Amino acid sequence: MEPMEEPKEEPMEDELEIIHAEVDSVLKRYESNPEKLIPILQGVQAKLGYLPKEAMLQIADAVQIPEVEVYGVGTFYNQFRLNPPGKHQIKVCMGTACHMTGGRIIMDSFERRLEIPEGETTPDREFSLERVACVGCCALAPVVLVDEEVEAKVRPTRVDGILLGFGMELPSANNKQKEEGREE
Amino acid sequence: MSGIVTVIIDEKQITVPEGANLLRAALDNGVYIPHLCANEETEKPAASCRLCFVEIDGFLNPVTACTQQVKEGMVVRTRSRRIDRLVQTAFELLLSNHRLGCAKCARNGSCELQKIAKERGLKLKLTRLKSVVQETPIDDSPETFVYDASRCVLCGQCIWVDRHRVKVGAIGFIRRGMSRKVATFGETGFAKSRCTQCGECVKVCPVGALIPKAQG
Repeated sequence: MEPMEEPKEEPMEDELEIIHAEVDSVLKRYESNPEKLIPILQGVQAKLGYLPKEAMLQIADAVQIPEVEVYGVGTFYNQFRLNPPGKHQIKVCMGTACHMTGGRIIMDSFERRLEIPEGETTPDREFSLERVACVGCCALAPVVLVDEEVEAKVRPTRVDGILLGFGMELPSANNKQKEEGREE
Repeated sequence: MSGIVTVIIDEKQITVPEGANLLRAALDNGVYIPHLCANEETEKPAASCRLCFVEIDGFLNPVTACTQQVKEGMVVRTRSRRIDRLVQTAFELLLSNHRLGCAKCARNGSCELQKIAKERGLKLKLTRLKSVVQETPIDDSPETFVYDASRCVLCGQCIWVDRHRVKVGAIGFIRRGMSRKVATFGETGFAKSRCTQCGECVKVCPVGALIPKAQG
């Protein structure tokens, strides 16, 4: 599943200043050399945790290539993320064992509950949802990493449990049955 | 004299400038080779459409004509069992990710895929592969044209003219693999991008992905 909609949240004023300052320092280090586009993007992501659109525009302007080219590179490589990481990072394992034991169902449950597609962050930046290839504990499949803590043998009910544990409000049982929790 | 070489393509002797592009040389001399990603001006085509395979004497395997330079005495064949199989597969792969339904397509009759199918006796439907066309929203934000990503064959012609002929830099390839597509920065749609709506990309689109808006 690909992120289809526009990222909704715009960075705030003071955030913009930080972005510009950090991007500037990285650009200086690589002398705005277009051949160093990937190291520049890596440097910016290391500083900011993600690649904001404003940063990509600034980079494109500095190294003098079309901004869509920067966007193309940013979306090509898995290592780059275009959404800010959430306060709580949820990583659903999609390795072979987890895939066979229903990793997809777990991912679907998170997507439905958080109302975001895989790879995105909730508008309040509380949660970000990602897939990972293998966590290294296949006997516990399906596995979810919640802020680097391993959750073993996860079931959709445990997904609700995890989110409840972070104080997220879930639709009541009646609604759940009627609307599959999509309402509200 | 150096500068002019003689090559044989399908038993037809042709003389072309040395170092010319083989695909170009064939097309200019009336030998049709299917192609999507190369145009008259690309010096280094992406060779991504995988349709212009030819056999050249001295080469073990078929090669893409668009990446070859002509050499004196080159003997080229554009049809053989091996070539036809490669082209057939490449063509069906393209079709598997291209929304069919020619009757409803504005490019019906002038479509490059239809031309290739006719030239090579290929079917315009899937026989071995499943269709993986994704339902994508049609971008009708520009005033003069419409972009339908589900009909795009990722040849890159539109991106080439955007960068090299009109030098705007509004569109490019994004993502990877099955999710690859032509889009503007941030996937905002054409109207919100730096696109000048010059319409050059619409002219070079070989299929029905970029089509002029119907008048009225």
